[in-house]
Amino acid sequence: MTVRWDVLLAILAMTAVTYACRAGGYAILRSIRPPVFVETMLRHLPGALFTAYVTPPLVAGSVPAWVGAAVVVGVQLATRNLSLAICAGVAAVWGTQAVLG
Amino acid sequence: MTETDQRRVVFTRAGIWRGARESLPLWLGMLPFGLVIGVLADAKGMSLLEAVLMSALVYAGAAQLLALELWTDPAPIGAAMVAAFVVNIRMAPMGAALAPWLDRLRGIRLWGTLATLVDHSFALSVQEQRKGGRDAGYLLGVGLGLWASWVAFTALGHLAGSAVRLPPGHPLYFAAVAAFLSIMVGLWRSPRLDLGPWAVAGVVALAANRAGLPAPLPLVLGSFAGAALGAWIELRGRGMPGGAPRRMPREMRRR
Repeated sequence: MTVRWDVLLAILAMTAVTYACRAGGYAILRSIRPPVFVETMLRHLPGALFTAYVTPPLVAGSVPAWVGAAVVVGVQLATRNLSLAICAGVAAVWGTQAVLG
Repeated sequence: MTETDQRRVVFTRAGIWRGARESLPLWLGMLPFGLVIGVLADAKGMSLLEAVLMSALVYAGAAQLLALELWTDPAPIGAAMVAAFVVNIRMAPMGAALAPWLDRLRGIRLWGTLATLVDHSFALSVQEQRKGGRDAGYLLGVGLGLWASWVAFTALGHLAGSAVRLPPGHPLYFAAVAAFLSIMVGLWRSPRLDLGPWAVAGVVALAANRAGLPAPLPLVLGSFAGAALGAWIELRGRGMPGGAPRRMPREMRRR
């Protein structure tokens, strides 16, 4: 259970940079009123971000991943229950992998 | 949001608790990622306390993963900072997008809540805002709930060491993708507003990935390309720059 100085410094440096990203964007964009286009773009960012996040692994993931994705979307639409959708998706991937084994 | 809406924004203990409760299903998505971080930190020679400190203070999975891939002895301070910046700059616009809530907070509530900002708490809070939610404590609650799970799973991964190492392609890894997909279902508004932007985001991310661009770039390029198209589609009918017809009266633009 030791903390070395070089490791601590690296962690603190990462912490500072990460906090600057979290809070700095708000601090700057608050004082400078962004153009309407930028503001509208920010509203579109979450959906685009998550699509960009899931697309490469889904395309690379083959049949079980696609079955799992379909199950997640289906269960989420039907129940609006996040944990149920996630568990059903993981179970579907597990099942499909076992079947295709 | 209009001025009247913003004035009703509150920050309550109940909101924090509700956010923390609603973060619980997302813990499953954090589990494999946190374990991987813990196991990797152990493999790179970090002590349990160092691994836990990193997760507790940095609290940014993708950045930690990238930094650990680059990790050396002595610790690479410069490389770790670059990794943190490149991966986490995506969070800069998130705080701005949450301005309708954050603008009503001051001091530690504002700057402390921002310290807990992550992808999931952002996504859930945007959803909450769209549903008319007025309690900014919700954002902090989701962030704190996920933080607790993140630190715990990192410790678990480190303790279990190599014993927990899941083979690549293990179904549990799908939990992270599943969490994002369910959130996307909640963010979907209409084919006209979202289909094109999301398709572009996915295709650009995929192309950048195939082109061999390093880890955070496909994500950054894809999300900004998609969001830019989304803004263009939404504004072109309102006589904004980048769009031709001027059908909507000026006062409707901000709705």
